[in-house]
Amino acid sequence: MADATLPHDVAVAHGHGGEFEAPLFGAYSKKVGMWLFLASDSLTFGALLFAFSYNRIYTAWPTPFGKDSIINATVMTACLLSSSLTMVLGVFAAQAGDRAKTRLWLLATMAFGTAFIVLHGMEWTKLINEGLSLPGFMSALGVTPPTAAGEYADISKNVPQFTQAFFGLTAMHMLHVTIGVIYLGVVAFRKWFLPILGVIWIAAAFLIPAGNVFHYPVHVLGIALVVCAIILFLKPKDYDAHDVEVSGLYWHFVDLVWMFIFPLVYLMSTKI
Amino acid sequence: MHDVAKHDDSKGQYFWVWGALLVLTGIEVWLGYNQVFKDPKQMLEVLMILSIIKSALIIAYFMHLKFEKAIMRWMLVISVTACFVIMYCFFFPDAGRILPPPNGLGVQ
Repeated sequence: MADATLPHDVAVAHGHGGEFEAPLFGAYSKKVGMWLFLASDSLTFGALLFAFSYNRIYTAWPTPFGKDSIINATVMTACLLSSSLTMVLGVFAAQAGDRAKTRLWLLATMAFGTAFIVLHGMEWTKLINEGLSLPGFMSALGVTPPTAAGEYADISKNVPQFTQAFFGLTAMHMLHVTIGVIYLGVVAFRKWFLPILGVIWIAAAFLIPAGNVFHYPVHVLGIALVVCAIILFLKPKDYDAHDVEVSGLYWHFVDLVWMFIFPLVYLMSTKI
Repeated sequence: MHDVAKHDDSKGQYFWVWGALLVLTGIEVWLGYNQVFKDPKQMLEVLMILSIIKSALIIAYFMHLKFEKAIMRWMLVISVTACFVIMYCFFFPDAGRILPPPNGLGVQ
């Protein structure tokens, strides 16, 4: 970390000015890189959220979400907010050099993130079984669209923008949360996380029935396993406080985005 | 040095921020579930203001931007905000033009 921690003026005074570049914005390069990535990713979500807002205001937008969905989404929000707190405590522990506590807080953050994914997956499954579906996308996945009749089926038929916007926005966010949990797992457990991820992937692939919409997307975990293995074996390293802080930036961003998705997607579509 | 953001050893403020975020979420749920504002545009504006307050708390405290150097703070905040303002200026003024009244203006 010498390149990141040695002050530029000290380096110049010792005749090493050319070797030690002054840090950009007073922060180490990994952190600046993550901030720039998050700024660009925020524009991706920003475009989706603006499109959703436009649809919500200017079209005859359905308001199907009842008490159960709102309670579920509120619990999901509480999970993400709590995960941000445990992440901050993990960063503190890493800065104090306490590895055991760091690992524990990161594990707590991952648990909250996993709870969010599971709750969201259950919500999706319930909505799909009640008729809210993307017939074209489901056919492409090899899943038979449900034949349920009722409010959600009518919405899918008459206001396809709703299902496209709902599934598009929430799927994009769920993917980010999944990547975040895997990222934290790699930072916390390094190579030990690979067999854990492998077991979760294989178990999920066998346990999720073929008719479920997550049956094929769960193989994202397999792709993540390969990517993580390449990273960990090509550049093995001991992740330090900097890495924990940078992974925390990503995790808080995932939380931040949900702070806009929750009111827009759920609260603006509550059943009147 | 802003190597690792060792800005404040007191963890209490993070619990306060977490509590504030939960309270703001509760207010949002109450407003949304009870449909306090009947006009969707008004409801959207109020919910977005609350969401912006929540996101500011997350960025400032949890993401530690409050404790970074001023140049980094302003570079990030100004550039991202400018992009959103541009999106807002392009999306919304003409968004309702081709839709029939009462929501749209009905202008082709």
